[in-house]
Formats: sequence, C-alpha cells, structure tokens
Amino acid sequence: MKRWHLVIDVEKCENCNNCFLACKDEHVDNDWPGYAAPQPGRGQSWISVHGKERGEFPLTDVAYLPVPCMHCDNAPCMKASNDGAISKRSDGIVIIDPVKARGQKNIVKACPYDAIQWNEQLGIPQKCTLCAHLLDEGWVKTRCVQACPTGALSLRQIEESEINEIAQAENLEAYRPELKTSPLVYYKNLYRFTRCFIAGSVAARTGDKEECADGARVTLLNAGNETIGESAADNFGDFKFDNLEESSGTYIVRVVYPGYETKTIEVDLTQSVYLGTILL
Amino acid sequence: VKSIVNLLAKSEALSKLIFSLVLLAMKMRLGSTARKYPFFRTRLKEKTLIAQLKLKDNSAGRYFTIKEGNVTSGNGIHASPDVTVIFGDARVALDMLVPPRDQLAVINAMKSFHLGLEGPEELTSWWMETLSLMLFAGTKYGTDVGKGVTRYTSNTNGGPAFVYVKEGKIIRITPIDFDDKDAQPWTIRARGKAFTPPRRTTISPYTLVFKSMIYSPDRILYPMKRVDFDPNGIRNCENRGTSEYVRISWDEALDIVANEIKRVKKTYGPGAILNGSGSHHLWGILGYWLSARLRFFNNIGFTPVAHNPDSWEGWYWGAMHHWGQSMHLGAPESYGTVEDCLKECEMVVFWSSDPEATSGVYAAFEGTVRRQWLKELGIKMVHIDPFYNHTAALLGGKWLAPRPATGNALALAIAYVWITEGLYDKEYVAQRTHGFDQWKEYILGKEDGIPKTPEWQEAEAGIPAREVRALARLWGTRKTYLAAGGLSGFGSACRDATGNEWARSMVCLMAMQGLGKPGVNMGGMQQGTPIDTNFYFPGYAEGGLSGDLAGTASAVSLYQRMPQLPTVNTVYQRVPRLRIPEAILDGHTYGYPTDPKTIEGQFLRYNYPTPGHSPVKMYYKYGGSHIGTMCETNRYANMYRSDKLEFVVNQSIWFEGETKFADIILPACTSFERWDISEFANCGGYIQHSFNQCNHRVALIQHKCIEPLGESKSDFQIFLEIAKRLGFAAMFSEGSTEFDWCKRLFDATDLPKVITWEEFLKKGYYVLPAPKEELRAPVSFRAFAEDRLKDTPEIAPLPADYSEQVFKGLQTQSGKIEFVCSSLQRFDPDDPERPVMTKYIPAWEGHHTSELYQKYPLQLITPHPRYSFHTMGDGKRSWINEIKDHRILLDGYYYWIVRINSKDAHARGIKENDLVKVFNDRGAVICAAQITERVGPGTVHSYEGSAVYDPLGEPGRSPDRGGCMNILTPGRSIIEKSHSIAANSCLVQIEPWTDSRGVK
Repeated sequence: MKRWHLVIDVEKCENCNNCFLACKDEHVDNDWPGYAAPQPGRGQSWISVHGKERGEFPLTDVAYLPVPCMHCDNAPCMKASNDGAISKRSDGIVIIDPVKARGQKNIVKACPYDAIQWNEQLGIPQKCTLCAHLLDEGWVKTRCVQACPTGALSLRQIEESEINEIAQAENLEAYRPELKTSPLVYYKNLYRFTRCFIAGSVAARTGDKEECADGARVTLLNAGNETIGESAADNFGDFKFDNLEESSGTYIVRVVYPGYETKTIEVDLTQSVYLGTILL
Repeated sequence: VKSIVNLLAKSEALSKLIFSLVLLAMKMRLGSTARKYPFFRTRLKEKTLIAQLKLKDNSAGRYFTIKEGNVTSGNGIHASPDVTVIFGDARVALDMLVPPRDQLAVINAMKSFHLGLEGPEELTSWWMETLSLMLFAGTKYGTDVGKGVTRYTSNTNGGPAFVYVKEGKIIRITPIDFDDKDAQPWTIRARGKAFTPPRRTTISPYTLVFKSMIYSPDRILYPMKRVDFDPNGIRNCENRGTSEYVRISWDEALDIVANEIKRVKKTYGPGAILNGSGSHHLWGILGYWLSARLRFFNNIGFTPVAHNPDSWEGWYWGAMHHWGQSMHLGAPESYGTVEDCLKECEMVVFWSSDPEATSGVYAAFEGTVRRQWLKELGIKMVHIDPFYNHTAALLGGKWLAPRPATGNALALAIAYVWITEGLYDKEYVAQRTHGFDQWKEYILGKEDGIPKTPEWQEAEAGIPAREVRALARLWGTRKTYLAAGGLSGFGSACRDATGNEWARSMVCLMAMQGLGKPGVNMGGMQQGTPIDTNFYFPGYAEGGLSGDLAGTASAVSLYQRMPQLPTVNTVYQRVPRLRIPEAILDGHTYGYPTDPKTIEGQFLRYNYPTPGHSPVKMYYKYGGSHIGTMCETNRYANMYRSDKLEFVVNQSIWFEGETKFADIILPACTSFERWDISEFANCGGYIQHSFNQCNHRVALIQHKCIEPLGESKSDFQIFLEIAKRLGFAAMFSEGSTEFDWCKRLFDATDLPKVITWEEFLKKGYYVLPAPKEELRAPVSFRAFAEDRLKDTPEIAPLPADYSEQVFKGLQTQSGKIEFVCSSLQRFDPDDPERPVMTKYIPAWEGHHTSELYQKYPLQLITPHPRYSFHTMGDGKRSWINEIKDHRILLDGYYYWIVRINSKDAHARGIKENDLVKVFNDRGAVICAAQITERVGPGTVHSYEGSAVYDPLGEPGRSPDRGGCMNILTPGRSIIEKSHSIAANSCLVQIEPWTDSRGVK
C-alpha cells in the first residue's frame, strides 16, 4: 500500500511562509465536509514555520523548520480522542472528524508537536489534513507543496515496505524521534535546526598587519582527545564544525598554521558558538 | 464578414446599402440578445431612450427606441432622439459597426470629427456600453473544473494566479502549474550539468493572501464623506485624520468631486488640482496608474506628483554618470547573464542584495531556483549587508556587515588592494575606461593625504581589514559577478546618505575587473534568463489606454499598435513627491526630474509653483500608501490637516494609511473584480524586458473573477462617471468597456499570431516558447568589452547619445566607463556632495554627526519588506499579519517588528517581543522587538511599508503604533541637487515602551 509522505528539507526552507499562507487560502472560510471545518482567519496555524538562529554576530546562520501535523502512525491524538473522532486512513493521513470531535478539547494537548489547535467558535480541534480533500480529487500536490518556491517541501507516495530503506538512503529522519510517534513527515538536514556548531575565524599577524589564515588546519577533539573533525580555514580564515549535539560537553579546537604557534581552545558546548577571532 | 463587407463596399451607394442592412441586423441582435440573456434584459430596463444612428448628411439611418426593456426600431431619421451617433459617411460606419472594428479608422474618424456622439453624457455612455454588452453576451471564459467551480486567471505584482470561484465567491488562489500543452522551457548546459526551470509560475506571499484582502473588513464598500465636511459650508480641514465618516450615495460623491474640480479650476486657474499615486498599483496594463488614471487627469488638467527614482536613487543620481544606462535609471542591462554566470563565473558578491526578500521586482520566486543552481555548482558566494538577509540565509557564504551607509569606504578599500597588489584588468582599464589614473591618485591618498586602505576602511565601515584584503584578493583573481541590489541597480545602500557614492563605486569596481568579459558582470541570477525578447507584449510603463505620449512609454510601440485618442496634460506645474508637504504648507519647493531619456535630464531643476500657475488647492489621491513609504512622514499627516488644501478626495480600495485624511472617499475594487490583461513581471519602461527575471514569459487575461464588492467600482468606471459630469465621457472610454479594451490590447500584441482570442479568454494564459539556443540574446556589455557595436536587443541609449557612431560604446561622452564623469564635469564640477569621481563622503546622518549620534546611537535601516510589497499585503486583516516575522500579535494588536542585536537589547533591558519605542526628533513608532544576531551592535533593522498608520494621539504629532518607520527617516534628499530618498541613514534611540496606551 502506498502512503503519502511529506518530505521537508530544512536547508532549502527560507521562511517565505508560502506554505502557511497557502494553507490559510485553502482552509479559511472554506468548509470541506468530512475533512475539515473552516480554519479561523486569525491566530491559527496548521503548518508553523519555526526559526532558529545559531552562532553570534558576525558568524551566524538561520534555519527554518516547517511543522505540520506529522500524520503519525502511533498518533497520541488518536489515543486521546473519543468516539473515533480521529482516524487514520489507509493512505496514512490522520483526519480529525469535525463533527465527532466537537467538544474534545483534550485532543489539542495530546499532540507533542503542537500541531492541533482549538477552534473556539466551533468548539473543535483542528489541524492539517494534508489536503486530503484535494488528493482525493486527483491533485498530486498539497497546497503547501504547490506554493513552496524552493523545493523544501515535497509530497511523495511511498510503498509502506520501502520507506525505511528510502529514509536511510536519502538521510531522511523524523523530528523528535524520541516521542516514538512514527510520523509520516520526514525531514532532511534536520541538524541545521536541532544540532549546533563550533565556528571561529583564524587570523595571523604579519608585520604590522593581520591577515586571514587561509588554509589553517583546524582540528576538533572531544574531551577524550579523540579527533572528531578536521577542516581547513577558508579564504577568510573561517571554519565551522557543524552537526554537533547541543550540551554535549567539552571540546578542544586546535589550530595549526605553518610559521605560527599552534593554538588550542577549550569549548564547553551548550549551543552553537562562534569563538570570534583566533589571532595567531 | 469584414472582408466580404470591405469587398462589397466599393461605392458610396453600396456602402450605404450595407450600412442600412447592418443597422437592421443590429436591431435583430439587440432583440435576440435580450431574449437569450437575462442580464441584457435587465440592462435594457435601466433606461428609456431613443438612440439614432445616422450618416451626417441624414441620407441614411435608423433609430432604436428602448422602453421598459423592449427594443423597437424604425428606418430613417427621428425628429428628437436622446442619443445620436453620427457617421461622416457610410464607410466609417462600417469600419466601426462591422466586427472586427477597424480601430485605427475609428480613431482617425474621431480625431477628424467624422464620427460624433450627441446627447446627455449619461445616456450616450449607456447606449455605447449597451452595444458593447450586446456583443459580449455569450462570451465564454474560464475553465470548468467541476462541482460548480470555475477556474479563472489573474495576474498580480507578485505573480500570475489561478483563481477558483464558486457561486460568485473566490475560494482559492494558486500559482500556475503548466499543463501538457504549454510550451517547453529552456535548458542551459554548464559545467557538465543541464539546468531547466520547473514548468510553473511561482507566487509571492502577498499574492497568496489576496482572498483575505479582497474580503477584508477594511474594504471600502461604498462612497463616504467626512462627517464634518461641508463643500458648501464649513470644511473643518483641521479635523482630517480624526473625524468619522458617513456613507453617501455614488451620485452625491461624484457630484461633490466633479463640482470641486470645476470650482478650483474656475476660482484658481490651471494647476490647482494635484494628483498622485503610489509607485505601484494592482497589476494590469489597463488598470495600472499609468493608464486609465492618466487618460482621466490629462483631460481635466492637473499638477502631477513627480516621482523620485524610488528604489534606484544612487544608481540614477550617481552611477549613471559613469556608464550611462539612463534608460535603466542608471542600473545595468542584464541580457544573457544567467547563462554566462552559470557557465563562467567563479564567485558572486551580493552587495546590498536580497532578491529572496524583494523578488527582484514583480517576479515572485522565479530567481530562487537559479540561485540554488549556483549553490549546486559550488560557486563561492559573499554577502555584504548590515543585515544577515534572506538570500544569505538561504544560500550561505561569507557575510560581511558594514555599518550602514559606509559601503563606499569598503569599495574604495577593495580598489586600494587591487591597485597596490596589481589585481585588476589593466588592459581593460586602459582601453575601455576613462580617468582611472586620477581616481587612482585619490585612492592611494595622493589627493587628500588619506590612502583608502583596508585599515582606514575599518574605522568607517567596521569590516576587519584582513577580511577586506581576503575579499579583494578573491575577487581580483576570480571571475566575479556583482549582484548590487536585489534587482541589479536596486539595493538599500543606494537609498542612504551615501547612496550615490556607493552605486558609483560599484561601477568603478566592475570597470577594474573587466565588466562584460566572460563571467564578469552584474547580477545575482535575478535577471537575464534566455527567454524571447522579440515577442511583443507591452509592460505597464507603456501606458495602456492612457493615450499619454509624454508621460509614458506609449510612443515607442503601443500607441501604433493600439490606436487610441492621445491625451495631453496642459498644466506645466508639478510637485516632487517627497516635497508635497512643503508645496502645500510652505507654498514653494523644487525638485529635479526623473527623466530616463538621457543623462542630462536629471540636471533640469523645476520649481513649484510654476510661473502663471495656481498653487495646489485640491488633492486627488489614489490609495493610501505615503505615510508608510515616503520619508519623515509626519509631514504628510500635518499637511492634510491644513486648510491650504481645500479639498481632498481619495480613491482607494482599503481604509488604510492616509486614506482616512480625505474629505470624500471613493471605493475602488481590486483587479479580481474587473477585466484586465498583462504579462508576468513585465513593467517595461525603466526595466525594459523585465520579464527576463522570469523562467517563462506568461501572458494572461485577468478575468473579472467576481463582481465588485459592495458598491465599489473599478478605477476606470469611477473616472468614467466623473468624466460624464465634465463632458468627456466619450473621449475617456472611446465607447469601449474595460472588456473591449482588453481585446484591443490583445490585438495590439503578438498574441493573435499564436492563439485566438477565444482560446486565450477560456484558458486565461499563454506560455511563450523559449527561443532556440542560437537566438538567445547576447550577454550585456560583452560587445562593449570587446569594442564591438552594441548587440543586445534594446534601443538604449538613444541614437543621439552616442558620441562617435550609433551602437559604438556607452552613453557617456567618452563612450567608455568614466572614472571621472564628464557629465558632472559639465554640470557642476565643484559640487562637494557629488564630486566628478566617486569619493568617500561621510553620511550627513551617521556616526560622524556626533551630537545627533550621541543622542540617537542606533542606525536604523528600513529596506523593502519581505512578505508585503510596500503597503500591499500588510494590514487590512491580511493573513500576512499572521506571519511571525512580519508582525507580532501582542494583546490583540499586530505590531511592526524592529530587529535589534542582543547586546543592544540587553543594555536597554529589552527582551524578545517587548514593546519598544523607536524614536528620534522626527517622531516615534511603537514596535515589537525581535532580538537577533542578524544585525551587529549599533544597527537596527525594520522594514518600510506599513499600511497601518495608527497615531496614539494627534495625527502627525504622536507616536504611531501602526509601524510606519518612515516617520523616523530623514526628509532631505541624498544630495541637494536631486529628488531622492535616503531612508537607510536614520539615527534613532530605542527604549522599552510601558505606556498603557500601547497595550489596549
């Protein structure tokens, strides 16, 4: 059985919010009986784009994480609902029945991704339907995917038996896998949002001037003095070790540049850090 | 039919006979249309009249009696008809009445009084429109997609769209995915890869939210009058901006406006009526502000608001003197650059360039995929911007953040490294440029004793000297594209106190690196796609139906292709847009023109008032954008509250911004509620072939998707109603409805060669095939670099502007890129604000203005907004407001955002999402603070373009919590001898806002 998967590449998301707006266009003031009641025009978000800045001026980057309903196989909302108000379709899509779910406010809190919202006026919990009403009519894209300009969002139909293999081959992963909800939404380059970096700029004194230490060898070691990464500083003397776990303890950065004394810097890593100028 | 008629109508007698038969057929068509179409039956019930169609000599004719919805008709001449259409002879009658109408013959007949219309304007207009509707009845358009839903097409400033309509209501707006029948796109092969754009159009956020804006509670649905405004008594002008409004009828509103037009003209003489618009309007060749608006105002005579070269500033007033490009307002042409960049370039420097925020202009996300190709190819990228902008965030690369308005210092330091290390193209500089040695002396410090070293730069711009050397060495040894501005020749850095010098230095740097050689050019993949530049479809700057040969680019092509009555404004007076408040309140001001014809056009100072003209007494404003888009904008609020403006009418779609300062408000409808026709991102004029930002050329009919909301009307219709009261309805409409004009424009383009009107109307769009590889436009500046005749497909510069031989060299006097500008040498060689060669001139508002800097130590930059388009898309309960990075919802109010570095925030006790007051001597704006590392300490970032102006007390003199940052920006021009905006040189202070009024 083929099932729908939303695949989101964090590196390609630029926070344009077209996904968020296309969703509003499809659902605000539009009633899709059996799928979703109208979304309120203000205050709701069925796909939220979360932002994260890493580092410090002037060496920083930003990543954006669009979070819709994850259409989990092991959906906490389903467990929290009564009267079969939430169902999982054979194509993987999780639907909150806008009639049966009336009054079941507890469903909102059940979602660990904050993907479900309470419609005060109608008294119902609401969320992303993966545009099931359109897919059932033969559309091949959801509204968010269609409006995405960068290819950060794509919709794919994948055989249930093949998903693990594909995920592994393409480096796709679930957001917050520790929740064990088995989401059908997969992410690529998730480290840009969930993990951190150690960066710095290497400079060398030559005469009365400073120059960027282009090509300086920078090594990252862990507390046990094992080499974790090696890199060469770029033309601007910048280096960056990315995809490190936040709050993962002590690291040592060693900078070697021919003709200069080697420098080592100890870093107690909590979140992304820019070490500033390392002057040799 | 037409050709048979033309064949038969060889003699006068035969023509006359056919004329009589045509009139008889018209009688039958009127009857059958009424029987078949209920809307037409209803239409006929609106009036009782007798309409006569006849030859001038009364030798033939027929009259039609409309009464209680019935049509009867008689052969011959009626004794007392209400409406008479008079044809000079039968030939003209056939040209007009037998479809397809011979428009050129009809226009010629009108001009020579060979075709006339007599009767009360209301009835003559009604009759002509009825005949149009008779032909329109039964026209099929749109695509039935089942379940009672019809899919229409529209076009906007943010891209084309499919518009899904059910039961008269828009339910969905999407970008367009091409179908199997649409043309295939181009492919560029570079470095072993093939690059082909996706077969679709992209869409901007502010277009995606149109449904929320069309059905916004802030829509003006009926005409309104300020409650304490009495045109025949006390006007209470000082209450503008605070008084309430009362609903009035269209008749009352139109009568007041028409009577005020007559009154001020009669009382004060020519020039008393001022009219201006925003820089942009809802999309469409016919409805744009350069079209119907000009046809109307030219016919009443008006003092136009003269625009500054908005987003170009430093390129227009500065860069142009080095390389010409006046037809592009000093910005570079861009042909062929996408292919050249992909194939040849080794590095792209984005300098004050954020195409991911501004879409170039009008081009949605068309350029995004192309920049992603650069990333795929591993081409090095550098971003120079005080803000870590969205393009940098998406693409990555080195970010350098100079202090605002010091980019020129950085540029000069780069030149210093190139000169001292020999890293420039000496042969090119010797052969293709002029005056380098003199500038070199200045760079090396031989002129003023200050070598422009990277260390010198560090004190000004704040970039570590070593990084400047690293950049200069990279740039000097790699084929580099310079993307200066989101569209080449835009950029916030050209809109600051040193904007001229920055833009000038961008040209000089590229001249040193061999501009035009393979891989060395201007642009960041935003322009220059290999699409067809030969196929004719006009851009909005070609004036649509304006008939304005002086104020638009109509004369170039459109006027010949779409014959129409020319229109001429007889008033010589004009008011510079940034000086409207001074014109009104002080009674005098001056400006310098935005005249792209030639370099010297900008030197001709004009004064207000113009000799023999009346000062402005009446302001007819189009929309409400100025407080959120101009500079030091409390001035505008104060102007409105003066009785020196005796009457203000605003024709607007939404109740926003300065709209609420009007005495009469006329409700206009959106482009989704009227007919229009246009092309994706084609503005023409200053950005000729601007569609080359797109991956595909797409021409569209803009269907009238729904009926106008409430009592709102199209701009065209509103103007027509006023024209009826002033006696020029026929001259305004030429007897054509907006739908008829769409057909006239369609016929003027090359579309009829490739698609029928019927197919076009039904499907709604046409995708032009990409040209064969051999027919792609050559690369801009390549011929110049190689000293060949210009070979790119544009008539710019004009022939007279070549010094030696047409097409040889550039527009400058030397024909070369000039480091020392001969135009400035001729105009004012001693101007300290604009020297003959680019120099570092510290900002007149910045870190060197010590007293002010001490008081206001933060440098505010306010570039063009990302999600909204100036004021479009913002406010009016648009869904854009819900975007967390656009406005922040606090206690039920959507606040504009100011971005501040963590250190500056900490020093002021400001936390994320705190309300803050951003202020200087010009005013105060209440914002929500966003704490960020995307600006350095000392710089704060916000956007221009708030649609909401919401003063907490007296308008013009109180803090605004709507978010009009433009209240804070300096009112002066970059240099005195210009008409320019310097919004990004703005010193402010920020403090927490604790006033309870801020948290209602």
